[in-house]
Amino acid sequence: MEETKQNVPVAVRNLTMAYGGTLIQQELDFDVPKGEIMVVMGESGCGKSTLLRHIIGLNAPASGQVLRNGVDLWNCTEEEHDKILRSSGILYQSGALWSSMTLAENVALPLQQFTDYSDAAIKEICEYKLSLVGLAGCGGLYPSEISGGMRKRAGLARAMALDPSVLFFDEPSAGLDPLSARRLDELILELRESLGATVVIITHELASIFTIATDSIYLDAESKRMIARGDPRKLREECPVEKVRKFLNRET
Amino acid sequence: MADTLQVWKLTKSQDGWAVIALSGDWTSPNAFPSGILEEKYAGVRVEDAGIREWNTALAVFLFNLSKECDRQSITLEMQGMPHGAAKLVALSKAAPPKDLHKSLEVPHFFELLGEKAKGTYDSCMVGIGFVGELLLSFYHLLRGRARMRWIDVWNEIIKAGPKALFIVSLIGFLMGLILAFIGSIPLKWFRAEVYVASLIGIGMLRLMAVVMTGTVMAGRTGAAYAAELGTMQVNEEIDALESMGISPIEYLVLPRVIALTLMMPFLCLFADIIGVLGGMVVGVFYMGLSSLEYWQQMSNTTRVNDLLVGLFTSVVFAVLIALCGCIRGIRCGRSSDSVGQATTSAMVSSLVCLVIATAIITVITVNLNI
Repeated sequence: MEETKQNVPVAVRNLTMAYGGTLIQQELDFDVPKGEIMVVMGESGCGKSTLLRHIIGLNAPASGQVLRNGVDLWNCTEEEHDKILRSSGILYQSGALWSSMTLAENVALPLQQFTDYSDAAIKEICEYKLSLVGLAGCGGLYPSEISGGMRKRAGLARAMALDPSVLFFDEPSAGLDPLSARRLDELILELRESLGATVVIITHELASIFTIATDSIYLDAESKRMIARGDPRKLREECPVEKVRKFLNRET
Repeated sequence: MADTLQVWKLTKSQDGWAVIALSGDWTSPNAFPSGILEEKYAGVRVEDAGIREWNTALAVFLFNLSKECDRQSITLEMQGMPHGAAKLVALSKAAPPKDLHKSLEVPHFFELLGEKAKGTYDSCMVGIGFVGELLLSFYHLLRGRARMRWIDVWNEIIKAGPKALFIVSLIGFLMGLILAFIGSIPLKWFRAEVYVASLIGIGMLRLMAVVMTGTVMAGRTGAAYAAELGTMQVNEEIDALESMGISPIEYLVLPRVIALTLMMPFLCLFADIIGVLGGMVVGVFYMGLSSLEYWQQMSNTTRVNDLLVGLFTSVVFAVLIALCGCIRGIRCGRSSDSVGQATTSAMVSSLVCLVIATAIITVITVNLNI
C-alpha cells in the first residue's frame, strides 16, 4: 500500500477549498498517477485555478489533504515541502515572467538557485529549453518586448528548467494561435513520453483536451463538487451528467 | 565525478563519417565540448553504446551537436538515440531561430548626450501637454461636462485627507520640537529665549509645516498615485478607458488633483497648529517660558500673512505632487519594473518641484514684503 502511494505524484483527499467564508469546491477526491495527463474542466469561476493553487502549495486547504508522492503538502517538514515544490513546474496563465530579467535569465534563475551546473552549461540548457518552445534566439529579449503568446511559451521554458516530474498548466493554449497551441500539445505529449512527466492542465480548449488528456475531472460551479471523472473522449459520449456532455460537445 | 559518468567517444569511420558513441549516465549537464567536430566529416552518426539514464543533459548535448552540424551543413543521424531524446531535439528545432538584431554596441558619447537631451526635451513636452490636458478637463468640469465621478473625488479625499492626518501631525509636532531646540542654542547666547515663539511662528507657519507636509504627501500620496496609475497602465485598464472615449486625464487624474488640492491646506493648517504646540512644549519645559509669554510673543510677531503664505504654498504643492505622481503613472511602461521606475521618478520629480517652488515663492513673498 505504502509503495503504491509513493508513485502517485498528485493525490487529493476529501479536499474542501474556501476563500474566507466563501466555499469554492468541496469533497474533491482524485489521484493523478505517474505519466497521466489530467485535465481539469469546468465553467469559469468554478475554482479550477484555485484547485491548482492548492496543489502547488500556494493556498492551504480549508479541510482535507493534498498529497504529493504520498507526502501531505501541508503537514510535512520544510525540507520535504521545498523538495515537492522544486519537482513541480508551473506555467501561469499569462506566463508570470519576471519583467526585470531577460527570457534567458528567467529560465536560468531556477537552475542557478537549485543546481550546481556550470554557467556555460546553464546557458546551453536555457538555449535548448527556449528552442524547445519555439523561442530559439530570443534569450536576450525582455518580457515586455514580446507578445503574450511568446511570454506564455517562455513561461513554459522556465517551468521546464529543472526537469520537473510534475507539470502544471493554467490555461496553456489560451491566447495562442492554433499552430502554436498544436505545437504545445505535442510538446506536452513528448515531455510525458520522453521524461515520464505527469501533467495537470486547466483548459477549455476542446481540441486540446481530446488530443492530450488521458483523464479528466469536471468541477461544477453550482453544486461545488466534482461531477464527472474519466477519459474526456468517453465522457463526451456517455457521461451521465448532461452538463458535462454539453460542455464537451460544445452545445448549449 | 559527474564528468566520468557521461562518456562520448568519437571515431572516424571508413566512409568519412564521425561516429560518436555515448555511454554512461547522461543526467548532469556539462558545457558542450568545443571543437568536437574540428575535422571535416561527411556526416555525424550518434550511437548508443550503453546509455543508462538520461535527461535534459543528453537532449542539450544532441541539440548542440545538431546545431554544430547545421553550421557545417553536414547530416546528423541519431537513430541510435533513445527515442524520446531524438524527438525532443527534433521538436526544439521545429521552429527556426529568430534572428533578432539587437544592437549590443555601446553608443558614442555624443549619441548618448543627444538622446538624453532629446529625452529630457520630450518629457518636458509631455509634462506641458499633460498640464494643458488637465486645464482643458478642468474647463470641462466647470461646464459640467467632465467624465468624472464625484464619488472618486470623495474616495481620494478620504485617502489624501483624514488618513494622512496622523503622520502629518506626528511630523509637524516633531518639526516644531526640533526647530525650537535648534533655535534655543543661538537665542540663549543673546538671552533672547522668548524669541523662540517668533521663530516657531514664522518658521512653522510660513515654511516648515508646509514643506514637511509636502514631503510626507509626496512620499505617501504622490508615490501611491504613480504606483496605482502605473499598475493600471500595465493591466491595460487605461487603454480600456481611452478606447471607450473616456479621457484618463479627466477620469483618473482630475479627481486626484482636486482631492489633494482640497486637502493639502487643511493638512498644512493642522501641521501649523501641532508644530506651534511642539515648539511650545520646548519653550515651556526646556527654556522656562510661560505659555502665556510664548503665546503673546507669537501673536505680536507673527502676521496673518505668514499663515496665508504657508497655505498658498500648500495649494501649489498639492497640484505639483498630484501632477508628478499622475504623469509618471500614466506614462508608465508595461512591466512591473517600470512601475517601480514610475514611482521612483514621481517621488524625485515632485520633491525637486517642491524645493524649486518653495524657493520661488519665498523670494517673491519676502521681496514683496508679504
